Amino acid sequence: METQTQTVKKQKVVATEKMTGAEAVIRCLLAEGVDLIYGYPGGAIMPVYDELYKYQDQLHHVLTRHEQGATHAAQGYARTSGRVGVAIATSGPGATNFVTGIADAQIDSTPMVCITGQVGSHLLGTDAFQETDIIGISMPITKWNCQVTKAEDIPTVLAKAFYIARSGRPGPVLVDITKDAQFGELDFIYEKCKGVRSYQAIPETEPKSLEAAAKLINGAKKPMIVFGQGVILGEAEEELKNFIEKTGIPAAWTILGLSALPTSHPLNVGMVGMHGNYGPNKLTNECDLLLAIGMRFDDRVTGNLETYAKQAKVVHFEIDPAEIDKNVKADVAVMGDVKNTLAKILPLVKSNTHDSWFQEFKDYDAIEYDKVIKDELYPSKEGLSMGEVLRGINEETKGDAVIVSDVGQHQMIACRYAEFTKSKSNVTSGGLGTMGFALPAAIGAKMGAPDREVVAIIGDGGYQMTIQELGTIFQTKVPVKIVVLNNDFLGMVRQWQQLFFDKRYASTEMVNPDFIKIAEGYHIKSTRITKRENLQDAIAEMIACEGPYFLEVCVEKENNVFPMIPTGASVSDIRLE
Amino acid sequence: MEKENFTISVYTENNIGLLNRISAIFLKRHINLDSMTASASEIKDVFRFTIVVKITEEQVKKLIGQIEKQIEVIKAFYHKDEETIYQETALFKVASKLLFEDRQIQNVIKNSNANIVTVTPEFFVLEKTGRRREVEALYHKLEPFGLMQFVRSGRIAVTKDKMHISKILESFGSETV
Repeated sequence: METQTQTVKKQKVVATEKMTGAEAVIRCLLAEGVDLIYGYPGGAIMPVYDELYKYQDQLHHVLTRHEQGATHAAQGYARTSGRVGVAIATSGPGATNFVTGIADAQIDSTPMVCITGQVGSHLLGTDAFQETDIIGISMPITKWNCQVTKAEDIPTVLAKAFYIARSGRPGPVLVDITKDAQFGELDFIYEKCKGVRSYQAIPETEPKSLEAAAKLINGAKKPMIVFGQGVILGEAEEELKNFIEKTGIPAAWTILGLSALPTSHPLNVGMVGMHGNYGPNKLTNECDLLLAIGMRFDDRVTGNLETYAKQAKVVHFEIDPAEIDKNVKADVAVMGDVKNTLAKILPLVKSNTHDSWFQEFKDYDAIEYDKVIKDELYPSKEGLSMGEVLRGINEETKGDAVIVSDVGQHQMIACRYAEFTKSKSNVTSGGLGTMGFALPAAIGAKMGAPDREVVAIIGDGGYQMTIQELGTIFQTKVPVKIVVLNNDFLGMVRQWQQLFFDKRYASTEMVNPDFIKIAEGYHIKSTRITKRENLQDAIAEMIACEGPYFLEVCVEKENNVFPMIPTGASVSDIRLE
Repeated sequence: MEKENFTISVYTENNIGLLNRISAIFLKRHINLDSMTASASEIKDVFRFTIVVKITEEQVKKLIGQIEKQIEVIKAFYHKDEETIYQETALFKVASKLLFEDRQIQNVIKNSNANIVTVTPEFFVLEKTGRRREVEALYHKLEPFGLMQFVRSGRIAVTKDKMHISKILESFGSETV
């Protein structure tokens, strides 16, 4: 790794301090403004933990119950705070347990720095105890990764790691540090990384692309916006709102774009994609101009690409050049950070309204309300629906809460029905679909936004994948509110079995433990609700509770989430039942 | 879209893990590499990968996007065969006694534009540089006599047009690492 230090061109002459590599790791974190990390100790990272002991007043360490939990907590923290999440673990199994969280952060563009210990450099490649090639393993799922074998390389590599994780399209970075590098001595000096020669974080915006886009926008009769997480990552919520309001263009969102625009905004027309709203999916195939803003045309958004928005011109506002024409061909690509490009295009677009076009969304909304939403939010059947739980949470929190969801039916219901007034309020595993994400992510989400109410919505399946993090909640007393929507099924898989596999419910029925007793074991206040008349009071009690709270709601076992675009179908073939 | 040969040139920082990152991009998409050569480039401390694939132009454009996305990749280009000057090198190891036993082999060597790299009492080594079909033609001519060993390199290529890599490096400025 000689190259890392050698390539620093202008090293200022500043007084240095002698210290170990392990201490340097802590000092680098402090220099990056990190005051909170998630992790789990072990042999190969012990020198760093030993230094952590010394610095515990400045750098708070949260001991999760599994390394996967540390990564998801770091992700939750990053998503609500807008800062880089940091997770730390030992070599071997500690490092491999990071893999799911890293892959999740990569596909959902979450800024995260993962630090792993590694066996001593003289043991590398000898199949030593707890040696694993985490650099090789994590290569395809990191934005960048690097192994450090010399103490003096630690500051440069960590500075580069933070810069890469947070700049441009953010992502996870892994730094693997051998034990001898942690024990070794160096003259510590920290300089923040300001750039990497081979990496252009934000591509330049061609003025011509803005003009071409503005021309299409000004000439469009039926324009539609689909915005994604790029708006939140770029903190471009205000710019998006100004753009929407000036142009009068109806705006739909992807699952990760949710909460960038308040739910109540008149031009917010709902979610696109597999379980999105009826109108925006149907009208994707009728619009004459599709404005994709900070989104990447995931297959769950587009359905069959052969029949996706073929009639429309497409303008793609995007920071990552590799996304242009990857799935959907753009007639105009506006490269750059959407905060910048949306601000620049604003003076070029005409003030406009699209009343009759907008009415088409409203007409579809009315159909969807009648066929789906009414029964989901106000069910007439005896069994509780997931939707009415979300409605109850909306009523108690007035849309001010951060909603963390896991993966499955409850996630789709949460994203469809949760109401939001503020950005950075929807934390979910979008691209990877990681069951078990929500409980640890909620811990991080609350620590990243301590003044906000954080409610985790989890299914009975995903809950049990990381249930051990109740221990972290108990130990840290972090006041997260946990809602398990229990249908004793892996509901989304069961729904697919019902619809596409002739109701052959292979291994989707769950025989569940007594979740209340488990919560009680961790001394977390808890309630189980089986009847509608008790629901609202229970939600109110949960929200009013000052500490963590566990609420189990036993919901109807075989409800389905609609609307739905079957896999491989066109967005306009969206089904209401 | 028709599949055709593309030569991909990737300029990178000299980094141990990069080969893995780049090959993983092809692996993930089930694209076979016809050849891959890593070497120095015209710029100090900048590496160059020369990769040959047979795919559609749409595919190669997407691959370039994914390759350039890697942090340590400075720039990637793709070119069609007619836009490059390209060569491969092959080595043929042949038993020396054949030279004396069979007149014909002498004629094959004479007409092949191949170089004799070394001669020992046991074997001699022929080096042939050229297009794939020229190397293959020599292979087919020598094969009946019996080859002790044969090896062929991946394609190396330079482009007819300029590569704007130096300009790109300058534009990054000197402040960055």
